Amino acid sequence: MQVAVASGKGGTGKTTVAVNLAYVLAQEMPVELLDCDVEEPNAHLFLHPTLNEMHEVKILVPEVERSRCRGCGRCAEACAFNAIAVLGDKALVFPELCHGCGGCVRVCPAQALREEPRRLGVIQSGSSGPVSFVQGRLDVGTPLVVPVVHAVKEQSREKVTILDAPPGTSCPVVATLTGSDYAILVTEPSPFGLNDLKLAVELVRELGIPHGVVLNRAGLGTEEVQEYCHHEGIPILLRIPFDRRFAETIAHGRLLVEDFPDWRGEFRALWDRVQGGLKV
Amino acid sequence: MKQLLILSGKGGTGKTTVAGAFAALASDKVLADCDVDAADLHLILAPERVETHDFSALPKAKIDPVLCSGGGMCAEVCRFGGAQREAEGKYRIDQFVCEGCRVCVSVCPSGAISLPDRLAGQWFISTTRFGSLVHARLKPGEENSGKLVAQVRKAATELAEKEGKNLIIIDGPPGIGCPVIASLTGVDLVLAVTEPTVAGQHDLERLLKLSRHFNIDLQVVINKWDLAPGASDAIERYADREGTTVIGRIPFDAGLVEATAAGLPSVEGRRGPGAEAIVSLWEKVSHRLGV
Repeated sequence: MQVAVASGKGGTGKTTVAVNLAYVLAQEMPVELLDCDVEEPNAHLFLHPTLNEMHEVKILVPEVERSRCRGCGRCAEACAFNAIAVLGDKALVFPELCHGCGGCVRVCPAQALREEPRRLGVIQSGSSGPVSFVQGRLDVGTPLVVPVVHAVKEQSREKVTILDAPPGTSCPVVATLTGSDYAILVTEPSPFGLNDLKLAVELVRELGIPHGVVLNRAGLGTEEVQEYCHHEGIPILLRIPFDRRFAETIAHGRLLVEDFPDWRGEFRALWDRVQGGLKV
Repeated sequence: MKQLLILSGKGGTGKTTVAGAFAALASDKVLADCDVDAADLHLILAPERVETHDFSALPKAKIDPVLCSGGGMCAEVCRFGGAQREAEGKYRIDQFVCEGCRVCVSVCPSGAISLPDRLAGQWFISTTRFGSLVHARLKPGEENSGKLVAQVRKAATELAEKEGKNLIIIDGPPGIGCPVIASLTGVDLVLAVTEPTVAGQHDLERLLKLSRHFNIDLQVVINKWDLAPGASDAIERYADREGTTVIGRIPFDAGLVEATAAGLPSVEGRRGPGAEAIVSLWEKVSHRLGV
């Protein structure tokens, strides 16, 4: 079973929820945490995993053999991503724009394009105590995120998987959510939190994924998020109050359930509510 | 014309709070919200829309089930796993997976695949009491390839030229991928809003590498610095080592939270310690920009 922890707005506490939930569940069942926020992976800062395996994520990008290229421009015409242009009388590839679809190679009449692997990032895996751990790290300066997210998910081995999603509602989030059995949407009681929660709800509804809300920093700000959830029939699975001590624990890369053992029961109860909300 | 971009790497550190306050403090500027998939700046600027434009994304492949002969060439050539066999032996393209590369279109022997135009979002020009704002809304689930970000920046630049403004203040997206890179190219200064947490510093480090990669000046402000003074000092030492500067520290201030809740820039009305810190931050940022 895959449960994704997502949010429209960044910084609402996705990683906090994901790592504490994984830690608590791991006390009684095999659990893996997949950090799919490959632009800014943070789960490792809390779980301090031993990473003993690493592999590179690559896509195939064309290279031009200049002696063969006749400059006919068919490759540039075929490319939907503007990653090839003909300059002078030869094709020129902009590899950072290439999605690796292979379309250009198919249309080249001179066999002047050869595909070479280009690195986008790395996948690292290992464990943190009883929690199996996988994360992706996009190389800095690389715009193409989705293949790295897919590569993280390919490492899934356990029956119970917690996915830490990136913020937002666009393609990297879709890549994370696809195939999930449930989405925990983390938000905060502010107008920003509400606005972005609505967008996230729109997305999970379109994807047909059952969902519920964790309200973080509860007590700070407004009641609007709770009113919205009530009105839309979205369950509030857990409230985490704003507490300077919690902020300090998170700031230092520690787990709430370690510093405040009372919270183990709260995260366990969160899991029960998720189970209750699954499609049967 | 100068362009200031507010980024953070990590989400939720206070980009929009700072951008909204700068909107109220700066004169002669155009505002742009480049966080197009979770745009929030409009919530504190109360914009009135003057222009609405449709944004078309890269078309995605669609199979006409009547024409599909079930040969499966599309599935063979698709490197993204977008073509799936249905129960009746026909194929279907998963719209959430398709990247719009058109390779399947070129190989289908029955001519069953087309690329219909698709509305992926909208962008707007609005007026606010602090000046013009260019903002956008990407439909949830769409590809944030940076094209909508580029469109918002282009419109903001044209507007600034037309209005004779010498500054564009850009509220940026989180992360370091496509939309961030599209926001970053060609700006004069990045203000990185971080927080004194292990995640805040980790993400700042990746953001600083990115700005170096594109050779763009980056200065740091630490938000809620007093929630962990030791971690704030560590960020300051890190910045020193890396040859950049922490040019401001904003304390945790419930007044900032309340201003946002009320939908107002935090520097309007009675100014608490958080708002005062943002005012002095703006003095330093505007000095560095030379505006």
